[in-house]
Amino acid sequence: MGVDWFPLWLSLRVACLATLFVLTVGTLLAYLLSHKAFLGKNFIDSLITLPLVLPPTVLGYYLLVLVGRASPLGHLYEAVFGSPLVFTWQAAVVAAFLHSAPIYIKAARAILETVDYRYEWAAHSLGASEWRTFWRVTLPLAWRGLSSLATLSFARSLGDFGVTIMVAGNIPGRTQTLSVAIYDAVESGNGRLARILVLVVSCAALALLWPGARLSAPSERLARGSRTHPPA
Amino acid sequence: MAQQNIVDARVVKRFPAARDSQPFELNVHFRAADGATILFGPSGAGKTLLLNCLAGFTRPDEGRILLHDQLLFDAATHIHLAPQKRRCGYIFQDHALFPHMTVRENLRFAASAAPREKGRALNRHRRVHDLLDAFELADLAARKPAQLSGGQKQRAALARILLSEPRLLLLDEPTRGLDLRLRRAFYGVMRETRARLEIPIVMVTHDLDECFELADSVYLLDNGRVLQSGPREAVFARPASLDIARSLGIYNLLPATIAALDPGRHTSRLAVLGQEIEGPYFPGHFIGDAGFLCVRQSEIRVRTAETRSHHNRLSLRLENWSMSSSGIRLLFDHDAVATVSESEFEALRGENRLYLEIPPSAVYFIA
Repeated sequence: MGVDWFPLWLSLRVACLATLFVLTVGTLLAYLLSHKAFLGKNFIDSLITLPLVLPPTVLGYYLLVLVGRASPLGHLYEAVFGSPLVFTWQAAVVAAFLHSAPIYIKAARAILETVDYRYEWAAHSLGASEWRTFWRVTLPLAWRGLSSLATLSFARSLGDFGVTIMVAGNIPGRTQTLSVAIYDAVESGNGRLARILVLVVSCAALALLWPGARLSAPSERLARGSRTHPPA
Repeated sequence: MAQQNIVDARVVKRFPAARDSQPFELNVHFRAADGATILFGPSGAGKTLLLNCLAGFTRPDEGRILLHDQLLFDAATHIHLAPQKRRCGYIFQDHALFPHMTVRENLRFAASAAPREKGRALNRHRRVHDLLDAFELADLAARKPAQLSGGQKQRAALARILLSEPRLLLLDEPTRGLDLRLRRAFYGVMRETRARLEIPIVMVTHDLDECFELADSVYLLDNGRVLQSGPREAVFARPASLDIARSLGIYNLLPATIAALDPGRHTSRLAVLGQEIEGPYFPGHFIGDAGFLCVRQSEIRVRTAETRSHHNRLSLRLENWSMSSSGIRLLFDHDAVATVSESEFEALRGENRLYLEIPPSAVYFIA
């Protein structure tokens, strides 16, 4: 019997989209949290941490209530895209987003906070707007850390199980992601399929994390540079 | 037409006591016109804080900041212009050149933010090119800041600031940690910049030499207050109080009484250590007032008893001497100090009673 590779492609597609959302929304939120003072900042910070500590079933339940067919948000989604969100592969994207965003935002905030404020002040004093300073100064200086964080996010998006099965379900060929497919294979006694998929997931995760670790390690080029250049 | 008081700032900023710090209040009225104004004072005097308030990085609790005729900050009407709208060039202690850009990219970043050059790529390119040339950076344009020496970084930071066309230039201890040669080079570049730009330059330092090298006017700050301000010569020739004179450390202070005052001839005589010294007229004082004779150490010439001239001099006993970078430092009784060159010192050797010759114009009396 041949192996059905659909879950792998679906998981990759879901993880790509979820990471894209995490990078845009997450970086924006992390920037606001690290650079702005506003009312309710600590509350928002706690809210962002919540998905990390709640059981996936609780999160999934909330999502079902929040974007289910009976909710206003669900109605809105259905009106815009023409079909309900729950029990589609798009719901798996939302689940994967929730799975990886909190860690990304918390770590990205820490990374953005370590960018030396004097570079940002210098850019402002040169007349550069906040937007331009963010793109040209803050982001490039934080790039190394953020990109290794992005691979971590991607790997984490690949692995969500609990929320996905709650909101996207387990429809083979439509919403069955890798982790759900493994669960399914074990449940139905298909040990060979489970072993193959487990191996695939592990290899994919390792392949993602390895370059990430190299990115976050001090660059060889920089280390060599500091030895050969004359002291300032 | 020359404008007066181009920067006018009244600033109050309070910091309550924290676990590891005393409460602090900055409360100053600061004015600066074209030319270099130096904020001088010990660490923790509030110099950098004042600079940050001018640049807009720190929001004062009270006060008003005017640049030309524009209101940058006004507590009463809740105006607080963002730093990027103030066009105050700020040079940081370590220059803060963007480490991920080359020198040329650093300059281009500033040029494209300058209001006049928005959208005019050709003009912008030419100005970057001109300034790279003017600051001898053309050969280094492709380098990253990490590959520059201290002096080169400084020139790059100045060139970058000038491209942004600031209306006010703020410098926070730009020569800190640089050796004497680089400092001298920096003073040269700063003098050129001052001549080229007709804008106020405000510079923080706690180095007296820097004051003498660059300042047109001086603000002496301590503990969040202005102790004294004015043109450099006026401030250093006439410190406003004994404490200021003592803290500057460049004066000889000897107990003195006013023996005679002649407003008509604009002269006075001071009784110092049982001897008499001629000085200028001191308005607001009376004969018999007790205080201190205050003379800058650099104004004093040291003579032996044989020297014919015996005009305006004090006899003191030499107690010790030491080598310094500017010559031989002689220490006399009553803590008087004078510096002489090595050849002068040879001529004085062996004598222990010496004469300190003081030009009358350098004599100053502090009550």
